[in-house]
Amino acid sequence: MITHTVTKTIKEETVIESLQIMIDALPVLLQGMWLTVLITVISLAIALVIGLVLGIFSITQNKILRGISTFYVDAIRGTPILVQILFIYFGLPAATDLSLNAFTAGIIAISINAGAYLVEIFRAGINSIDKGQMEAGRTLGFSYGETMRLIILPQAVKRMIPAIVNQFIVSIKDTSILSVIGIAELTMSGQSIYANNFRAFEILFMVGVLYFVIVYSLTLFARWLERRLDVA
Amino acid sequence: MIKIKNLKKSFGELEVLKDMNVEVKPQEVVCVIGPSGSGKSTFLRCINRLEEPTGGSIYIEGNDITDPGNNINEMRKNLGMVFQQFNLFPHMTVLQNITTAPKRLNGKSQAEADKLGKQLLEKVGLADKADVYPDNLSGGQKQRAAIARALAMEPSIMLFDEPTSALDPEMVGDVLEVMKSLAKEGMTMIIVTHEMGFAREVADRVIFMDGGYIVEEGNPQDLFDNPQEKRTQDFLSKVL
Ligand SMILES: Nc1ncnc2c1ncn2[C@@H]1O[C@H](COP(=O)(O)OP(=O)(O)OP(=O)(O)O)[C@@H](O)[C@H]1O
Ligand SMILES: [Mg+2]
Repeated sequence: MITHTVTKTIKEETVIESLQIMIDALPVLLQGMWLTVLITVISLAIALVIGLVLGIFSITQNKILRGISTFYVDAIRGTPILVQILFIYFGLPAATDLSLNAFTAGIIAISINAGAYLVEIFRAGINSIDKGQMEAGRTLGFSYGETMRLIILPQAVKRMIPAIVNQFIVSIKDTSILSVIGIAELTMSGQSIYANNFRAFEILFMVGVLYFVIVYSLTLFARWLERRLDVA
Repeated sequence: MIKIKNLKKSFGELEVLKDMNVEVKPQEVVCVIGPSGSGKSTFLRCINRLEEPTGGSIYIEGNDITDPGNNINEMRKNLGMVFQQFNLFPHMTVLQNITTAPKRLNGKSQAEADKLGKQLLEKVGLADKADVYPDNLSGGQKQRAAIARALAMEPSIMLFDEPTSALDPEMVGDVLEVMKSLAKEGMTMIIVTHEMGFAREVADRVIFMDGGYIVEEGNPQDLFDNPQEKRTQDFLSKVL
């Protein structure tokens, strides 16, 4: 019923006009998209390091290291990402001398947020490997670290890829919230365009398409990677 | 070669090894038998410190392995271990399973390690399986590959924890043959086993454990044919 009315009212020239608006917006939106990709890549690289290190902390015998890991994961998972972003950008400078530009604050926020979820993924991935593997490695004379690197992680990471990619996709989309601290990423770029031309429908549609392009490219890459690792 | 004094091990409240004293001479083959839960695996795993002993000392060629001042990773190179569940590395080929440790830990070049690996595979009868992944081996082949992997570090002592218990009966023989040939070459071995026939044939000495103690030990003929202790007699009457 609704589609019926819509198709009736949208005339051919309005469609052409809409397309024109989308094309005109593209250069600015692509700039925003570039920033989104940049923030995502940097943040997720940092998040992977956090996930690996604190993931290993969470399975050691050392109570203090385990405690640090648990506290961090619980604190981040228990609070909204919007609050985390605002806290780092507005909260920290209000209480300390530390003042961060929006770009840095945004990267920190996304890194710490994704990092917490990755800790859980790494912990579960490493735990899923039979403990006989660690014993076999240690028995040959490898240190804990060498056994992790050569024997446990290669097996664990392969199993973790779907979960890691899933978290990456969530984090890519989470970067859109960085618009609240004024970073001109994809969502913010869109907002600033339709604030001037009042064509929210066309602009937000394009913004959605561009997010989809990023996420779908990652999905394709992940499928390719999994296939390659399966062969090995 | 191995001298174990007053070895004790508890898991929390549970005292698994109460007071173990064992000496093993170079080239000696010692088989450890005993009922399930008597602490055989725990005993073996204390020797290379996969389990941390709660008391006592374990000297391997004069060095106390329980001394925190000794480098455990170095000392383990000299102690090969073979597990019931094989524990091969599934993401590596059979040859890589064998060559990784000598290459990284013994400073062997790729070519040297490959040569050694192929010799060992020849020795355990798996020359044609070098480039196969462990998932494609039968149980008996996996265990022989695991033995080759342990030998690649050129240890002077080999520890076996029920190496044939996870195998189909028709696979057991091949693995035991490999172990027999090691014994003939003069490898020092401690073998936890349920294969009484094998123990009788290969062991220089058999240790019967029960309840965290060594109940009785002796050469296989004496222990199997003329056990002195009641508990040994009961156990043997069940398994023989
Ligand atoms: N990591 C552990 N934590 C707690 N208890 C343990 C642990 N490992 C072994 N035990 C206990 O110690 C006792 C001895 O175990 P062990 O595996 O050494 O026996 P075993 O003689 O090798 O038996 P089996 O013939 O069944 O292999 C058992 O009661 C077992 O439940
Ligand atoms: Mg056992």
